[in-house]
Amino acid sequence: MTAIADIPALSRQKDAATALLARKRLVAFAAPVVILAYFVYLFFAFDIPDLLERARMDNAAVLVADSYSHKTHITHDNRTGGLSIAIEGENKGTYPEGMTPDFVTLTGESTARVVLTAGENAEIDGPTLRYTVPGYGTVTATVEGREILLETPDGAVPDWISAGSSRVTISGKGGRASVTRARTEVFRYSFGWELFWFTLDSPFYGKLPTELLRLALSGDRVVADKSNLAAIVHDVWNNAMWRHKDVLWAIFETVLMAFLGTMGAAIVALPLAFLAARNFTPVAAARFGVRRLFDFVRGVDGLIWTIILSRAFGPGPLTGSLAILLTDTGSFGKMFSEALENVDNKQIEGIASTGAKPLQRYRFGVIPQITPVLLSQVLYYLESNTRSATIIGAITGGGIGLLLTQAIITQKDWEEVAYYIILIIAMVMVMDWFSGWLRRRLIAGDESGR
Amino acid sequence: MTETALGHDAESPKLREAYTAMTRTRQMYGGIVLIVFVAMMTSGFMLADSRNAGGFWGGILNIFIFPGEVVSEAAEKVALLPALMVKFFPSLIETVNIAAASTLVGALAAIVLSLLSTRGLARFPRLIPLFRRLMDISRAVPEIVVALVLIFVLGGGPVPAMIAIAFHTTGALGKLFSEVNENASLKPIEGLASVGASWTQRMLLGVVPQVAPNWLSYALLRFEINIRASAILGFVGSGGIGYDLKNAFSWGQGRYDEVAAIFILLFLTIVFFDQLSSHYRNKLVGKS
Repeated sequence: MTAIADIPALSRQKDAATALLARKRLVAFAAPVVILAYFVYLFFAFDIPDLLERARMDNAAVLVADSYSHKTHITHDNRTGGLSIAIEGENKGTYPEGMTPDFVTLTGESTARVVLTAGENAEIDGPTLRYTVPGYGTVTATVEGREILLETPDGAVPDWISAGSSRVTISGKGGRASVTRARTEVFRYSFGWELFWFTLDSPFYGKLPTELLRLALSGDRVVADKSNLAAIVHDVWNNAMWRHKDVLWAIFETVLMAFLGTMGAAIVALPLAFLAARNFTPVAAARFGVRRLFDFVRGVDGLIWTIILSRAFGPGPLTGSLAILLTDTGSFGKMFSEALENVDNKQIEGIASTGAKPLQRYRFGVIPQITPVLLSQVLYYLESNTRSATIIGAITGGGIGLLLTQAIITQKDWEEVAYYIILIIAMVMVMDWFSGWLRRRLIAGDESGR
Repeated sequence: MTETALGHDAESPKLREAYTAMTRTRQMYGGIVLIVFVAMMTSGFMLADSRNAGGFWGGILNIFIFPGEVVSEAAEKVALLPALMVKFFPSLIETVNIAAASTLVGALAAIVLSLLSTRGLARFPRLIPLFRRLMDISRAVPEIVVALVLIFVLGGGPVPAMIAIAFHTTGALGKLFSEVNENASLKPIEGLASVGASWTQRMLLGVVPQVAPNWLSYALLRFEINIRASAILGFVGSGGIGYDLKNAFSWGQGRYDEVAAIFILLFLTIVFFDQLSSHYRNKLVGKS
């Protein structure tokens, strides 16, 4: 028997294998260490301690609570007198005279009782507010000339009441209330997106779906000059609170930007790709020029194109489309020219042997070969550009991106933000599904001999 | 022989007719699709044009005004550009850091999710649809949505952008990773299982060595995409070079030298990382 070390060739192999194993082991240990070290560096580079200090978790709580509930403001105007009830305190959500939600009882011209959740209730008596918490007692706050007086059962101010000389805020478990010189206000949270279908001024407000169905089918007209179904659709479509019309238009604009941008880029990129492909353009200088053009357009990136174009075209969907078009012309051009360089010459020769002219050779010899690649890339980009169009819309001002940024900047319409987010996700998922479906249909169709 | 040949002859006019009819319908369908497509493009373009603040034909003539202003101002102050680039370099590093961190975090999460949602590898086979839907949803969320909400809670800075991009990256890479995983051979895993390896050990020792090159190559491509995303998110409100660009931009004329410096930096960075990533991707995929 010969020892392995005796055979020089084998021993060399053994050394190489040992070295390889050692290297692999080193990588296996080093990779996690490097990643960990990078995270430690980031911890300081991104200033995480400071961030944790600045983080507004109360904002997060408001955001989450507001996204699935709405609040009703019951307000007494301390300057001009008069009581008003409004959803989210907005003009378009104000209850008309004589209409109140079931948790508010009007007991006089300027007095009201509000039943809050968690067993709490509040009473507005002109400028005076009485807020009752079970097991604690009644807190009274009232406006006296230029001062606001606060009275608690035990004389101390608990931490859920913030008392100042110009504003008293009570944050109970079942609601909130605030008293300022200008107004005495109670906020009550209720579950759900109120007024999503009908606003308060619509005759259909508060009706059950079955009632609506019956109304839609019946001939007695609720609104004089319209059939009931048309009136229902009109009231939902023109809902001033949720603006369904504007929102759907915005979604459509975003999809339009993605569609025009992607398809436009494909149309522009295809002929240019022929110029950039080695087997179709023998002139090296032209090839080089077109390729650098692709690189340049891609490198400048959507962000810069968006800024430049919005200067020229102003805000709107056209700017977004053109920005997508420009950026993707570079990406498509690069991919298409690579696909063109990989086409099989035999098919082109075959077409040429039948006496086809150059244009026919391209049409029947080249295009069928690259369509699957082309289509799948274009459709993939269509989906990804729907997302880009949302972001570009936020920058240039167009589409659902704009609505989303506006709703977030006001920092109070979180239920609208939640609505937009759901719509955006649904939009992207539908586009994803649609592009996948189209891709399967078209490419399968291609293989079957088209 | 003669019979079949004769039979063939008799059938051939019918065949030819059927063939031409089929070709004609195909051509007709193709024509209809083309017409519909052209109609959609033109009407869509006209609609976009009418809903835009400035029209296309008015804008196309002005398209070089702004770049012209930037270039001429940059040319005037060309001596200042290097200093400005140095000034904005830390922000650029931040942008690249956001991209790198989010790619890393997203890829790590994607690895776990993709292993959990690949048939044959999943730890809890019943929960595969759940993990797939999770990936679908996180893939569908545009970065800006998460970023804007997080800016409200966490304040500005790089972290909201990082989390937002990582969230989307998780879904995008998760899908690609699970496609890679599906092609992994199950034999090493069976071997490891037979010696009593736990699920984590089977994945780490049996699957990861098979798929790591492809994972890395996809992650590099993502990194390239994420650099662009992190620059854009900076413009919307988080940190990095995008934020500086927005500020320089809102100063208006007189500060366009800063805009030019940032444009150049951003362009060079994107091209550099494009080249770097495509070089390593070719190497990785060529090797496997």
